[in-house]
Amino acid sequence: MKNDSRVKNAIGRIVPTVVNGKTVVPFKGVGKHRPTGNKYGPRISTCIDFPEDGNKLIASLKEALIKAGLKDGATISTHHHFRNGDLMALQVFDIAAELGIEDLIWFPSASFECHAPLVKYLEDGTINRIEGSMNGALGRFTSDGGMKGTGVLRSHGGRYQAVQDGEIQIDIAVIAAPTADFFGNANGVDGPAACGLLGFALADSQYADKVIVVTDHLVPFPCVPWQIQGNYVDFVVEVEKVGLPEKIISGTTEITKSPDRLLLAEMTSNFCDHVGIVKDGFSFQAGAGGTALSIGIYFAEMLEKKGMKARFARGGSNKYLVKMLNEGLVDYILDGQTFDLDGVASMRTNPNHKDTSPFTSYNYHGKGNFAQLVDVVILGATEVDVNFNANVVTHSDGVLLHGIGGWQNCLFAKCTILTVPLFRDRIPVIRDEVTTICGPGELIDVIVTERGIAINPLRQDLIDKAKNSGLPIKTIEELKNEAEKICGIPSKQKFDKEIVAVVKWVDGTILDAVYKIASTT
Amino acid sequence: MNTKIGTAGNKGEKDRSDCYLSLELKTSGGIQIDLTSKVAALYQDAIKDLCNSVLTHFGIEHALLKVEDKGALPFVMAARLEAAVKQVIKTDLEFLPEMLTENLYVTKKEKLRISRLFLPGNTPSLMINAGIHQPNAIIIDLEDAIAVHKKTEARFLVRNALRSLDFMGSERMVRINQGQMGLEDLDFVIPHNVNLIMLPKCEDATYIHRVNERIEAIQKRSNQSNPVWLMPIIESAMGVMKAMEIAQSAENIVAITIGLEDYTADIGAARTNEGLESFFARSQVLNACKASGIQAIDSVFSDVGDIEGLIENVKHSKSLGFDGMGCLHPRQIRVIHEHFAPNDTELEWAIKVVTSFNDANAKGEGVFSIGTKMIDAPVVKRAQRNIDLAIAMGRLSPDWNSTQQ
Repeated sequence: MKNDSRVKNAIGRIVPTVVNGKTVVPFKGVGKHRPTGNKYGPRISTCIDFPEDGNKLIASLKEALIKAGLKDGATISTHHHFRNGDLMALQVFDIAAELGIEDLIWFPSASFECHAPLVKYLEDGTINRIEGSMNGALGRFTSDGGMKGTGVLRSHGGRYQAVQDGEIQIDIAVIAAPTADFFGNANGVDGPAACGLLGFALADSQYADKVIVVTDHLVPFPCVPWQIQGNYVDFVVEVEKVGLPEKIISGTTEITKSPDRLLLAEMTSNFCDHVGIVKDGFSFQAGAGGTALSIGIYFAEMLEKKGMKARFARGGSNKYLVKMLNEGLVDYILDGQTFDLDGVASMRTNPNHKDTSPFTSYNYHGKGNFAQLVDVVILGATEVDVNFNANVVTHSDGVLLHGIGGWQNCLFAKCTILTVPLFRDRIPVIRDEVTTICGPGELIDVIVTERGIAINPLRQDLIDKAKNSGLPIKTIEELKNEAEKICGIPSKQKFDKEIVAVVKWVDGTILDAVYKIASTT
Repeated sequence: MNTKIGTAGNKGEKDRSDCYLSLELKTSGGIQIDLTSKVAALYQDAIKDLCNSVLTHFGIEHALLKVEDKGALPFVMAARLEAAVKQVIKTDLEFLPEMLTENLYVTKKEKLRISRLFLPGNTPSLMINAGIHQPNAIIIDLEDAIAVHKKTEARFLVRNALRSLDFMGSERMVRINQGQMGLEDLDFVIPHNVNLIMLPKCEDATYIHRVNERIEAIQKRSNQSNPVWLMPIIESAMGVMKAMEIAQSAENIVAITIGLEDYTADIGAARTNEGLESFFARSQVLNACKASGIQAIDSVFSDVGDIEGLIENVKHSKSLGFDGMGCLHPRQIRVIHEHFAPNDTELEWAIKVVTSFNDANAKGEGVFSIGTKMIDAPVVKRAQRNIDLAIAMGRLSPDWNSTQQ
């Protein structure tokens, strides 16, 4: 069996000590792991090996991949700024399969439903494993034990940290760029396929052995702004279409129309108001997911009424956040990814709409942490337990369905709020124990459900401030009992012993393991 | 041999929190349950246990039960199964889920009825969270919202919802069908603490009397004595002309509402946002209500996406004198509450009037003025009504008068 040697980590989860043949560090507690040594250093390049005229154009992606030394066991990275409109990953692995290459490691910054066709390459051995996120069909395949290697789930910040610290070495980075020049300077704000920014590919460009920029909008040198610098780039490939920007928008990036979820958003913003978070100069972040994103609407209403404004909002930007910026209700958007085309346009034209990268925003192994400066972050979760630990990657039936995204990194905000329905259909969201721990409860301050708000006992300050607010404050156990009264007490899921994926914490340690689903009766 | 198959529930692509069952009686082999469920990992045992207890309750020993479950709550599944059972056997037994003690409240005749959220009686997913939106009333519909072939199964679901769904303090209402079918609907709701029955397409007092006789008989049978209020809906020219007769036909009528879709169809006019075509009908019904000391409730605003249109509609409705209106979507509730409530200017004025009135009273003066405006009894009455409304809606503290001084 894979991952034979296991230990109990600091949060009580049984985790492997060796993953994909490498020794790993079990989670030691929040802020307990101190790395030593130096950052990873990629090979030194010299300009004498590159064309004197700066023209790095190669005729096709296939040729570029061959020139980049594509071989068995290589690690290939792609970014997810096109979200469900990514065209790159599939092309790369089509080429690899055609060349008969095996055992590749795909290292995307996130995966989406559009990557479902990659299942066939996991099946035929072209891809050994995914380190990144396993969404939808890929997650189901992983949960069923189909993946040869062990999947590794990392947060956006954790991905940067892993590359920077040399936990993973990228052999070839393929960077889809909406605009680029022949030297490899590239950006995401211009061009017919503009997707906003390319921050998720920053680490890849800096640390990968070979970097391929792929574009469908080649401009004469210089391509400015150069979100990706050509000095890192080996090859540039021109294609007909680099990505489908219209597919950036998905269910998780749109404001919800569900009245239940809007109510959740409204309750959350009222809570923030009552405990004094909404004030002149405050900062906030709303995660992906319709409910969280809707919070912006209510914050905007509140700020307008009070004649106040926020200092900065962290994106995922969408049209509502852009509207706040344009109406002067927030000074800056510090944006990690654009969730719609309004976000893209605003980033292009408004200097106060600043593109950021996981290095700036989330990297835990840096000289400070932006995420800790945010006053309030509103996120979702698939499950929360009575110790406030939360899960975002698996569902209660045990199936891996989502990636971590920036979720773990955001937990470091001054106030972390999870908005969740008390139950989905019949599945209670507040549980005795979550299926998979993605975030330690000590970092999670408030759970807002449509039937009550639970505040972490560690946050006596918030408990005091919320007293007499008229808001339905309950204990987390009360919420759990209420859910079970409605849905019935759930029985324990059954899992196989095999570990199919691990969840990394922001410092690279192993927080939890995802188990193979037991075959159903 | 009896190979009749009973079926109930929904299994459309968009159906959630529901299930579809088919039940076939067998002569041997015990109970076989063929279950597919999106919540199987957590609840397959619970689902099988529930199905077995329902079938045992009805004395069924051999059957093949196919369950296609999309996360139905237990009260929903029990209702579906009972509906299927009653298609294949004849029985007077009922399988009643637990009655939540939270649902045992009664309501007052003069209770606020500004908002009343409609829920189709055969769609569990819309019922489950209705209470969290805090409408004054939740009305489960057995009439127009239910397809004819689903009428029977909806009765079981509505009955179970009245028992097991937390209404969170909203007045518990059911709209029954017309005629004989409506009278039979009462058997499924009256024993389960429904607060108010809405009667569609009322045109005279006769039907109201028949409804009350049936309610009385059911209550006697089931040992119930909580008040059951009536809210007739007037939806035809005849009904409009007989509004007064209807309003005064029974003691337990607390409000009348008007259904403008049917009414405009009946008079041969198109329904417009301005509502000129229904001005007479609305006024007639409203005056019948006010003359009889009951509430006048306006029709629903059916374009749930048009919030601006709804606001205009509410303002118009309030200016005519209506006390509330129906809601088709939870997002209409807050808008209706906000705009039916006295606005800041009205409230400020009302406070001024009532305060000055109290002062004048203390000094023994009958008539007084604020600025150049003479204030007399009707003005005070209207001001007092706005204050009562503001207090009831939580916009004004009940002891506003003491904090004023």
